[in-house]
Amino acid sequence: MKLYEYAGKEIFSRYGISVPKGSTASSIEEAGKIAGAMGKSVIKAQVLAGGRGKTGGVLFSNNEEEARQAASRILGLTIKGLSVKKVLIEEFKETHAQIYLGITIDRLVRCPVIIASIAGGIDIEETAVNSPEKIIRINIDPLTGLHDYQARKLAISLKINDTKKIIDVIKKLYRIFVDNDCILAEINPLAQTDDGIYALDAKMVIDDNALFRHNYRDEDPDPLSEMAKKNGMSYVGLDGDIGCIVNGAGLAMATLDMIKQRGGESANFMDVRAGANEEQIKTALRIVSSNKKVKGIVVNIFGGLTKCDDVARGIIDILPDMKVPLVVRFAGTNEELGHSMLEKYGVTLAGSTEEAAKAVIRLVNPH
Amino acid sequence: MSILINENTRLLVQGITGNEGSLQTKEMLDFGTNVVGGTTPGKGGSRIFGVPVFDSVEEAVDSVHPNGSVIFVPPGHASDAIFEAIDAGIQLIVCITEGIPVHDMMRICAYMKSTSSRLIGPNCPGITSPGRSKVGIMPNNIHLPGNIGIVSRSGTLTYEIIDLLTKNRIGQSTSIGIGGDPVIGMTFLDALELFEKDKDTQAVVLIGEIGGTAEEEAIGFIKHMSKPVIAYIVGISAPPDRTMGHAGAIVSMGRGTARSKIQAFGDAGIPLARNPNEIIIQINTILKK
Repeated sequence: MKLYEYAGKEIFSRYGISVPKGSTASSIEEAGKIAGAMGKSVIKAQVLAGGRGKTGGVLFSNNEEEARQAASRILGLTIKGLSVKKVLIEEFKETHAQIYLGITIDRLVRCPVIIASIAGGIDIEETAVNSPEKIIRINIDPLTGLHDYQARKLAISLKINDTKKIIDVIKKLYRIFVDNDCILAEINPLAQTDDGIYALDAKMVIDDNALFRHNYRDEDPDPLSEMAKKNGMSYVGLDGDIGCIVNGAGLAMATLDMIKQRGGESANFMDVRAGANEEQIKTALRIVSSNKKVKGIVVNIFGGLTKCDDVARGIIDILPDMKVPLVVRFAGTNEELGHSMLEKYGVTLAGSTEEAAKAVIRLVNPH
Repeated sequence: MSILINENTRLLVQGITGNEGSLQTKEMLDFGTNVVGGTTPGKGGSRIFGVPVFDSVEEAVDSVHPNGSVIFVPPGHASDAIFEAIDAGIQLIVCITEGIPVHDMMRICAYMKSTSSRLIGPNCPGITSPGRSKVGIMPNNIHLPGNIGIVSRSGTLTYEIIDLLTKNRIGQSTSIGIGGDPVIGMTFLDALELFEKDKDTQAVVLIGEIGGTAEEEAIGFIKHMSKPVIAYIVGISAPPDRTMGHAGAIVSMGRGTARSKIQAFGDAGIPLARNPNEIIIQINTILKK
């Protein structure tokens, strides 16, 4: 789960990492009032997407009137498909140096990795490619945690004064990363200013698998993904017109790939997981078909413990409510029985994933 | 022969009395796996399908001497179950449980370095050697004994490919699902090293997917293998994942997408299949040589 910048900064603050004074607003009036009391300020869109600066989601203001104008522009924005409903208004900070500091999981070494660079800011990824010597990485043993010498090495390599304060921030950020089950804790930039070291941005992503032991609440859930999650399934919306329901993430990806290879575009990724029984499949069909862009749906089930006839019963039950054509492909446990049950209902049956992909594309694009 | 498991595997089932644990124990027994015991704290002394249940792994080790364990314990307790198996000296641990926090897995993997235990998974379908033993949840009736090794990060997609191989009369030596989580025990590289040494494996099918660079890390080894490897990588249609922020991008350095993986395998001259049917075509070409 991604946290908003302001929520991340609240956590930073709690752990003693300095952040600029600020607060959030959902209306132009509110934003104006907050900024008016501040003098020079920065107004930042609160969306769970990167690249805000480049899309006009970060503006500066000197007084209440400018702040109102800035807020009115930002609150109407859509950034990478997400509409901006909240802004964060903060005191403007003049910076001398901008550091990049991030902690994530190094899947290969199977441990946390701390990444730091003196070349912080929006072009850090280009720096990583073009000037890798400006990026420092240190792997941390998850059993012993971050050692002082490691934090010191990172801080010294940044070659700015204030080394002690930087060490302090690194140690606190590592604490945050571990305590909160983060898969990412990132400050970009961590700024050196006249009065200290400030985190000017905060990006935190919490491991979904660990949410059960924390109190994070998703403030802006996607309704279809939420409904899927509640039923033990996983749903991700895409831009095409072919609805997909598959058991297993790998087979789901393979199905989407085959649709794409044959010129189709999927409307979603949906993994109904191991519990693909009668009720699950009905819920899945309801979720996928509630997307108005969907012109046809493919159901691809490889039965193991999942019995294809159970799935067929679910499909038959909900068929009267379906307004778009269905293609069904069963394999594994009771596949013949499942197919024969569906035969008389006008559902297109496919013998393989590839055939299913071909069939659904024909139904969606008849020309 | 097979890798990792065979007719001498003496299996312990951790979480044997739970819904999934008991259902799958029945399936494994039907397959012919030698299930020697199970654990569920508080249910020691009882039996399920004739298999003795113990309160702890240690007790089970003392009385029925398992050399492998499969874990069906719910995610909040599964990492504890893995630690328990490691500390009891179990050599092969297969964790089926989905949803274990990644920080727990990092600690487990770090801890395992100082032991001789081997972990497969978590969030995986387990491992099957047709005609010998099955540890995990792969469907019983899709396998055929033979000479193709399979190593995969996915579940049902692996079943689909095993099933297709079997329908084409191409048997398998061992099929392993290593799991789809970001931090896992056995990697592609580990499995390929075992298949390379196994005299009954003639060729290997590697089924990869987006995320991480485990597929790419295996390329160097594959190039020097005496046995052919056919790769099938899914996820070309998946939207780019931005969850890991800049840090993730810096760690992966442009690798980790399906396209970049396919490119890397192609550049290394490793045969690639674009769909399951092409795997069959490629294997038939190899076996004819």
